[in-house]
Amino acid sequence: MEIEPAKKYIYSDIELDREEGQVIEDLKAQSQQPIPDPDQWLGEELEQNILLTSVDALINWGRRSSLWTAICFPACCAFEMIAANGPRFDLSRFGMEILRASPRQADLMITAGTLTWKMAPNVRRIYNQMAEPKWVIAMGACAISGGIFASAEYAVVPGYNRIIPVDVYVPGCPPRPEALIYGIQMLQKKIARRKNIDVRKILER
Amino acid sequence: MAVRAEPFVLNMGPVHPSTHGVFRMRATLDGEVVVDIEPVFGYLHRGIEKLAEQRTYNSIVPLTDRLDYISSMSNNFAYCLAVEKLADIKVPERAEYIRVIMAELQRVASLLIAVGSFLNDCGAYFTPFLYMFRERERIVDLFEMVSGQRLTYNYMRVGGVSQDLPEEFMPALRKFMDMMPRFMDEYDRLLMQNEILIARSRGVGILTKEQAINSSASGPVLRASGVNWDIRKADPYSVYDRFDFDVPVQESGDCYDRYRQRVEEMRQSLRIIRQAMEQLPSGPVRAEVPHLVRPPVGEAYAKLECPKGELGFYLVSDNSIAPYRCHIRPPSLINLTALRDMVRGWKIADLIIIFGSIDITVGEIDR
Amino acid sequence: MTVALSGKEVATKIEEKFSGSVVESSPENLVVKSDNLLDVARFLKETEGLDFDYLNFVTAVDYYDHFEVAYLLSSLEHNHSLMVKARCYDRENPALPSVVSVWQSADFQEREIYDLFGINFEGHPNMKRIFLWDGFEGHPLRKDYL
Repeated sequence: MEIEPAKKYIYSDIELDREEGQVIEDLKAQSQQPIPDPDQWLGEELEQNILLTSVDALINWGRRSSLWTAICFPACCAFEMIAANGPRFDLSRFGMEILRASPRQADLMITAGTLTWKMAPNVRRIYNQMAEPKWVIAMGACAISGGIFASAEYAVVPGYNRIIPVDVYVPGCPPRPEALIYGIQMLQKKIARRKNIDVRKILER
Repeated sequence: MAVRAEPFVLNMGPVHPSTHGVFRMRATLDGEVVVDIEPVFGYLHRGIEKLAEQRTYNSIVPLTDRLDYISSMSNNFAYCLAVEKLADIKVPERAEYIRVIMAELQRVASLLIAVGSFLNDCGAYFTPFLYMFRERERIVDLFEMVSGQRLTYNYMRVGGVSQDLPEEFMPALRKFMDMMPRFMDEYDRLLMQNEILIARSRGVGILTKEQAINSSASGPVLRASGVNWDIRKADPYSVYDRFDFDVPVQESGDCYDRYRQRVEEMRQSLRIIRQAMEQLPSGPVRAEVPHLVRPPVGEAYAKLECPKGELGFYLVSDNSIAPYRCHIRPPSLINLTALRDMVRGWKIADLIIIFGSIDITVGEIDR
Repeated sequence: MTVALSGKEVATKIEEKFSGSVVESSPENLVVKSDNLLDVARFLKETEGLDFDYLNFVTAVDYYDHFEVAYLLSSLEHNHSLMVKARCYDRENPALPSVVSVWQSADFQEREIYDLFGINFEGHPNMKRIFLWDGFEGHPLRKDYL
């Protein structure tokens, strides 16, 4: 194919832009309330008060000791996350050195950065592509409530919990890598108390 | 049977491991050769220019930190220069020298990340990047001593800096300056003559001199194409005319030259820091200006040589405590206008390398 | 040091070539009529002695009754600079000619001005929104938005 210095763009799709714009407007219209935090483990433990079986403990140990992260790094907090992966605050001692791009192989999403309405459908799509069980850590002030940019309401989503359910919130602007590691340890404690096998259902059969 | 080939559009989406942030490219391909490229951004548009119209002059400084978040000191410096030009404020000597030391340290830190991620894109998966991070952590420790923060410092104010250097800063800085050249030599020995790096980046993505000037490229991208234009020499601001340093210029404008340009600039920055450390005077660190600055009616534009290029702030004031209009000239956005010409005719793998060698930060493009 | 050229001297040179195109001139900047903007831009780029081949930035400011688009031009060879402005009095459909054919770096910046202010640039190869999505209503940086 002849490649000459053309002045006009060969491909510039207005139809695609219009469809994507419509998706964004729909998502904005249905995300007016925050999604409630997943507190399922809290309710069940209070109700049933059954100790976890050792199979549960084993499964939870496996899951919390090798969390793999999906990439979702819009803005400045991404650099504190990368520094947490770096040689000084080593995250691979917690089993989390894998930072692969594929969301299908991941079970943790650390959202590091401001979310805008234009980016929101993509984040929702990545969250949907992750396999169960999955957890979300909201890192930074912008991820919790919009942060310093919350007054620019035309473009900024006030917190990730409008779009996806969040498990742990880590405040800071940006949070130090030590704070992020503390948040990850809180998530590990939460995973350790998770009930995987429902003993009553097995006994009923 | 005749075989017909059609161009195919590939979407390298906003979430991609090699695109340095949320940046999207729609590449039109003929087989594997790139014919055209359309960049799509706006995924991090936070409305900083609109927010700046509702905040006082001194409280815009934390907003400017978040523009190019890996070189926050330079952003603060550029903004403070613009307000001081608008309101005609004279900055004390000690503050000027401190600002220069901070800006040059920040240049080294930011160029380390640029070079590390370029090598990451070339295929040396993460090892040089982590080596760079080891040095960057030392610089970030120095900044934490001064401002308390690791990434977004909020250190400079209109009329000077917010507080003086603590006593442990100068010995730590001296220790860093003794160690750093040894690291640069080790790094040169490991990487400069590496066959894979040269084969992947020599002659790839050439930006000619005329194209660079026409697309208003600035910073290392412009100087690697053979144009000798550095704002610190051509239009000196602050106290840069008192230091003795060279401006490296490369000839051909391919990716290897841009990489080499950044390494040479790091060495020159270390030279400037050494001279500033020796000449540092004593005195106040902030001019006697009220906290709510009220400049007269007018406009001003001040530009600065940032690690990415020319960062400028255009401020229009109507004699109130908040600016009427604050426009930010983003170097990453304007360096990207040359991307189309650089990429035509190369393959997808080269596209990633060419894009990495321009070195963008999405926070600055989208503001 | 970069010398900021006085608007008055350049105004006399422009008036010789395209009479009636300069609206006002002062030592800091030069205001040009919007119809002659493209001719003046080409003249400033190609004339010997002026040689403004580097466009620093393009931006717009919203004064309540008109928009003002500012261009800062520099010459790398002679190390001087000049600020040129053009005004747009129409509030509903403001329009200006595009200078992309003269300086290519105006490409993304003019799209940004269209997105945030609503000023249409005629002759631009790809005039659509750049930071906000396609169905967004309104232009955020105008003074009467929110």
